[in-house]
Amino acid sequence: MSTTTYELTHLQTLEAEAIHIIREVAAEFERPVLLFSGGKDSAVMLHLAVKAFAPAKLPFPVMHVDTGHNFPEVLAYRDRRVAELGIRLVVASVQDAIDAGKVVEHTGVGASRNRLQTVSLLEAIEKHRFDAVFGGARRDEEKARAKERVFSFRDDFGQWDPKNQRPELWNLYNGRHKKGEHIRVFPLSNWTELDVWQYIAAEGVDLPSIYFAHRRRVFQRDGMWLAETPWTTTVDSEEIEERTVRFRTVGDATCTGAVESSAADLDAIVQETAVTRLTERGATRADDRISEAGMEDRKREGYF
Amino acid sequence: MELLRFATAGSVDDGKSTLIGRLLYDSKAIFEDQLESVERTSAERGDVHTNLALLTDGLRAEREQGITIDVAYRYFATPRRKFIIADTPGHIQYTRNMVTGASTADLALVLIDARKGVIEQSRRHAFLASLLGIPHLVVCINKMDLVDWSQERFDEIKAEFRSFAMKLDVHDLTFVPVSALLGDNVVDRSVNMPWYDGSSLLHLLEETHIASDRNLIDARFPVQYVIRPQDQTSELHDYRGYAGTMAGGVLKPGDRVVVLPSGFASTIAAIDTADGPVEEAFAPMAVTMRLTDDIDVSRGDMICRDRNRPHVGQDIEASVSWLTNDTQLRTGSKLAIKHTTRWGRALVKDLQYRLDINTLHRDESAAALGLNEIGRVRLRTTVPLFYDEYRRNRATGSFILVDESSNTTVGAGMILGPTDVS
Ligand SMILES: Nc1nc2c(ncn2[C@@H]2O[C@H](COP(=O)(O)OP(=O)(O)O)[C@@H](O)[C@H]2O)c(=O)[nH]1
Repeated sequence: MSTTTYELTHLQTLEAEAIHIIREVAAEFERPVLLFSGGKDSAVMLHLAVKAFAPAKLPFPVMHVDTGHNFPEVLAYRDRRVAELGIRLVVASVQDAIDAGKVVEHTGVGASRNRLQTVSLLEAIEKHRFDAVFGGARRDEEKARAKERVFSFRDDFGQWDPKNQRPELWNLYNGRHKKGEHIRVFPLSNWTELDVWQYIAAEGVDLPSIYFAHRRRVFQRDGMWLAETPWTTTVDSEEIEERTVRFRTVGDATCTGAVESSAADLDAIVQETAVTRLTERGATRADDRISEAGMEDRKREGYF
Repeated sequence: MELLRFATAGSVDDGKSTLIGRLLYDSKAIFEDQLESVERTSAERGDVHTNLALLTDGLRAEREQGITIDVAYRYFATPRRKFIIADTPGHIQYTRNMVTGASTADLALVLIDARKGVIEQSRRHAFLASLLGIPHLVVCINKMDLVDWSQERFDEIKAEFRSFAMKLDVHDLTFVPVSALLGDNVVDRSVNMPWYDGSSLLHLLEETHIASDRNLIDARFPVQYVIRPQDQTSELHDYRGYAGTMAGGVLKPGDRVVVLPSGFASTIAAIDTADGPVEEAFAPMAVTMRLTDDIDVSRGDMICRDRNRPHVGQDIEASVSWLTNDTQLRTGSKLAIKHTTRWGRALVKDLQYRLDINTLHRDESAAALGLNEIGRVRLRTTVPLFYDEYRRNRATGSFILVDESSNTTVGAGMILGPTDVS
């Protein structure tokens, strides 16, 4: 950083803003938790949270809302990070919710458990009495997210009311809430996908291997490459073949699409991201393409 | 690469969405799947051109009503800068939204329809930009294609806007004639307006000098969080760091400082970050200070220099923008207040006047402030605040007011100074 002009780069500014937000939560809430799926945004968020309290340990646990449909590489990564940092991991299991009959799983071709995560997430928040929940969502991801606050209020039912959001001014965040209500906090609100990759490259943030180009057995559906997993059912016209791919986002293994790419290291990924012509979600999330208003509806219900 | 935050304001149909859509589109921040979705919607609606305005349309309610209802954030970057747009809606009830969207902006972009010229709302936008202390104001005179690219019309609007802006605290004012629809002077200089010798809008956004807008004189460090590793066995046993975000000035290891409210003096032993110690800290860096003396410091305290302290007090005068329909601000109202990292309670001692933001007339007989109204108040707080005038420092001069029963943010305040008791 330049010491003569007192200028910060955009990544330094975004980092400082995120650290400010994370510290504000640690100072004002009793039971925060950080959602950690093993995806790159949550990896960056965890990295920032660790930096915010160095040299002390992270003063709150992390939580994984586990659909049960995971890439093994991502689970291994999750457990490794948690062990390295010596932090507590809470797992909210969708499989458990299904087994207990709390939610009904859709079956058949193209069914996914993504939407069922909301139930497990809200139940875990209630059970552990979490009052602040850090999410790695970014405003550039999707139109409904573009309007969400950094401190986003949720009522007793975990619901978001887009028309009744608290005004948010300067860096004066208002986390006041009553018992049973909680605040979702999005420290990466102002980051774009490219910022995230540039930051990962600059900071050397550790990621699951599936973000880098590798050979994988995939098949094409709705113009996306989906991975062959133990839970996928294909129809006759869908042929499984081996391709060189990488993932741009990581979610439920059955509905996260891969992109064909030979970008095997961070520099190559930053290059590719800078020139890509498809949004992350448009390219890779089967569940988000259901309808124009898909995300808004799910967010109202309490989704991430 | 530097970050520039700007807020946009315009009345309905001035072309704000089109302009933003154009900036995003021409700077390649629009992805193919987004464009396809807009083209589809546009075709369904029977639009002649692909309606770039749809790119910035957010929630379902807006799609149904065809208007924007809240602040939305957009992102784009050029090789020179990264931009964050706070897109504030253009309908009548917009003061709350513009105040929200513009509070952190480096620059405000106000749109004017060249056919309509300066209207009441343009004045309001300029006033709000100045009230919020936005350092740079860019006025885009849009739809120049509909006034035959007329220099005369441009000059006329410019003169009228200038004469109004003179009454305001606007330091850097620039005018750009554009056609958002056709792209003239948005990214590239227009061939239709050879008489205009200024920069295109994008070029202006890239070149506006913002680094010196920050206060680098008055060192202010509100303590946000105390870092004390729990690990009693390690070499960190005695570590005690004060984490926070620089709110003004520059601090270096070795600097003599005082901590408010105690007034204890000490010296900065080190300024830590997770990447190691740094030689100096300035706004908006997030750092951790260590002091040479073992004094009691906690969240809400302020570290500054002995000879350059903020005001310390419980009686302040401020401009307040009221943000809710549920209640009103009146003399006698009691609210929660958040200023830097301090929470307290505030009593409205006196609503001095309500400002008519169209005429700047002061209505001293006003008994209350309602939604979208702005007034001057005297407050008494339960805890002392360590503050500067908002004009001098936006970070230490701003506060929010929160309703104690609903917990929602109901007011935004900009401090003018200590209450004049004479
Ligand atoms: N002729 C012309 N029409 C424009 C221009 N900019 C916007 N419009 C049109 O003005 C209308 C309102 O624009 P829109 O961007 O939706 O306005 P907003 O309400 O300010 O966001 C639309 O029909 C646009 O196509 C321009 O520069 N020239």
